[in-house]
Amino acid sequence: MLHQALFFLIAAMCVAGAINLLLQRHPIHSALSLIVVMGSLALLYLLLGAEFVAMIQLIVYAGAIMVLFVFVIMLLNAGEEEHTRGSRMALWFGAPAVAAIVGMVVYVLTSNSTTLREVHLGAWASTTHDVAMPLFREYLLPFEVTSILILIAILGAVVLARREH
Amino acid sequence: MTDNQLLPYLPVLLQLLVAAGIGAGMVALSAIIGHRKYSRVKMQAYECGMTPTGDAQHRFSVKFYLVAMLFILFDVEAIFLIPWAVVYKDLLRKFGWFGFWEMIIYIGIVLVGLIYIWKKGVIDWNVDDAKESASGSD
Amino acid sequence: MIETLKFVAFLLLKIVVITHVLLGAVAYTVWLERKLIGRMQNRWGPTRVGPFGLLQPIADGVKFILKEDMLPPGVNKPLFVLAPLLAVALGLTSLAVIPFGETVSQLGKLGALQISGFVRADGSIMDPGVGLLIILAVTSIGVYGIALAGWSSNSKYSLLGSLRASAQMVSYELSLGLSLVGVIMLSGSLSLRQIVDAQAGPFWHWNVFVGLQFIAFFIYLTAAYAETNRIPFDLPEAETELVAGYHTEYSAMKFAMFFMAEYANMFTASCVATLLFFGGWHSPLEGLVKYSLPPLLAALEPVFWFAAKIFVFIFVYIWIRGTLPRFRYDQLMAFGWKVLLPLAIANIVVTSLYVAWRTV
Repeated sequence: MLHQALFFLIAAMCVAGAINLLLQRHPIHSALSLIVVMGSLALLYLLLGAEFVAMIQLIVYAGAIMVLFVFVIMLLNAGEEEHTRGSRMALWFGAPAVAAIVGMVVYVLTSNSTTLREVHLGAWASTTHDVAMPLFREYLLPFEVTSILILIAILGAVVLARREH
Repeated sequence: MTDNQLLPYLPVLLQLLVAAGIGAGMVALSAIIGHRKYSRVKMQAYECGMTPTGDAQHRFSVKFYLVAMLFILFDVEAIFLIPWAVVYKDLLRKFGWFGFWEMIIYIGIVLVGLIYIWKKGVIDWNVDDAKESASGSD
Repeated sequence: MIETLKFVAFLLLKIVVITHVLLGAVAYTVWLERKLIGRMQNRWGPTRVGPFGLLQPIADGVKFILKEDMLPPGVNKPLFVLAPLLAVALGLTSLAVIPFGETVSQLGKLGALQISGFVRADGSIMDPGVGLLIILAVTSIGVYGIALAGWSSNSKYSLLGSLRASAQMVSYELSLGLSLVGVIMLSGSLSLRQIVDAQAGPFWHWNVFVGLQFIAFFIYLTAAYAETNRIPFDLPEAETELVAGYHTEYSAMKFAMFFMAEYANMFTASCVATLLFFGGWHSPLEGLVKYSLPPLLAALEPVFWFAAKIFVFIFVYIWIRGTLPRFRYDQLMAFGWKVLLPLAIANIVVTSLYVAWRTV
């Protein structure tokens, strides 16, 4: 009961943030709405008992990636954008894509409806330890590859920013 | 009630609400009680007593942007170190030096990135040659 | 239902009381700072309002409320108001996870000396499993208060100040996060209470004296000074070049709120340093000297040690302000990326070797 109430409250906050992001004309307002979305996603993770993932969501998405967004908007002095009618391409590709995602979610939910069960708020929590043990044993290769990904991203960032001519 | 694993997070949310309430109260109090007297000059943006020139929002050095981008990347690295640190003793007890070497390799690869940006002079803020000004610090 | 309501009401009361204790401490830290800086510079500091100027913070508060709350025409109004609010709200939020003692009897029931701590049926205390990460998350989101203040002000000084502040804060946040990894390794937990419990005993059990953790402590303290924009890292509000940095255009209470946020952050940084490196609420001579205190004093003893350690850190903050000059911006960036960051990574490697040597 409490779980559902909280879920719908936070989900509503999340969706409202996302809609506001699209409606706002000024990029910085959109960026702030996106921070609200990130924050509510973190709360949703927390509701599922994923405390570590929730905090990572806040630190990396709301705290680091969105800082870059806000920074770029500040640096470029991006002003208000004008509303267009919306491109026809977006409609043609977007509508089927949305339909496909909704269909997929519905399919997965219905096909697993016998095994899905209600979650009780806070009945269990996946601790940092639970997340970390498999990460550093079974998923060692993806973890090490992440470092190479970071390295490539560093090189890419420097090259992009240095391309002056 | 205390068997609920998420219970300790409730006070943190409440604290955020109370803190925001205190902040909003202070803003409101000051807005209501503080007296107002309009004056055109007073309302100008502060520029050491001069009439403000130009728009406040002009473009800045690309370096700020680079710092934010590098911050994300190293932050992701740091985030991976935290769960590793939590289970490090367990890894040592169960698998010996494996837990140590996996992180040394990881840190080593990211360290190459740090050396790269060091050598490229990305974090040198005092270089002010022609090449720099061409890249955007106007 | 009634039980739940009572529970939440009591929790709210606890939060409001502790938050106001912090706000009072913040107000008197400003007084202490003015007094100490005054004496360091051969002046008296505030003396006129009350004995020793003790009523100065109250006079300042009243003055801030009575001053004109300006809203310059060029500003982005919602964000201009939101920025100080965000700064204060986030500055006070970290307080919720900070433990400052074990348990104490609250209204006949055993309660934890921590806003987010709850006593289980078996007497152990449950606190957020990722308390340290909550503080890091709040710190990382705190950048927005300053960034938005500068951006929405429509003033060159504000924008420059906030850009500098944001770049500085994100740069030092890295070293800050990495300096904590060593401590996490030693205690194997992110719960602040468990980190403190791992250091129980006389002072040489404190993390700062274990292995080479004093290096981590130095990194942490330096990064924390940069995070709180304090001298020698106060470039965002360098008055000789930027007037007042990101809060140039702010007046009245909104101006004061940035200061409250800064001092609240100083307290958080001091709390984290105490909890992670200096044994939290444990007495330095724990287990060495036997003495018995009356029950009330015995219950308050951990709080006393915790407060004393925090006072030392606050004093050091002020002392440093009276001693060191300001960095130049290129020095600041070079120090963060070329000294602190490699040092923090080296500390992790050395500490992991130390832990491996002790465990394997």
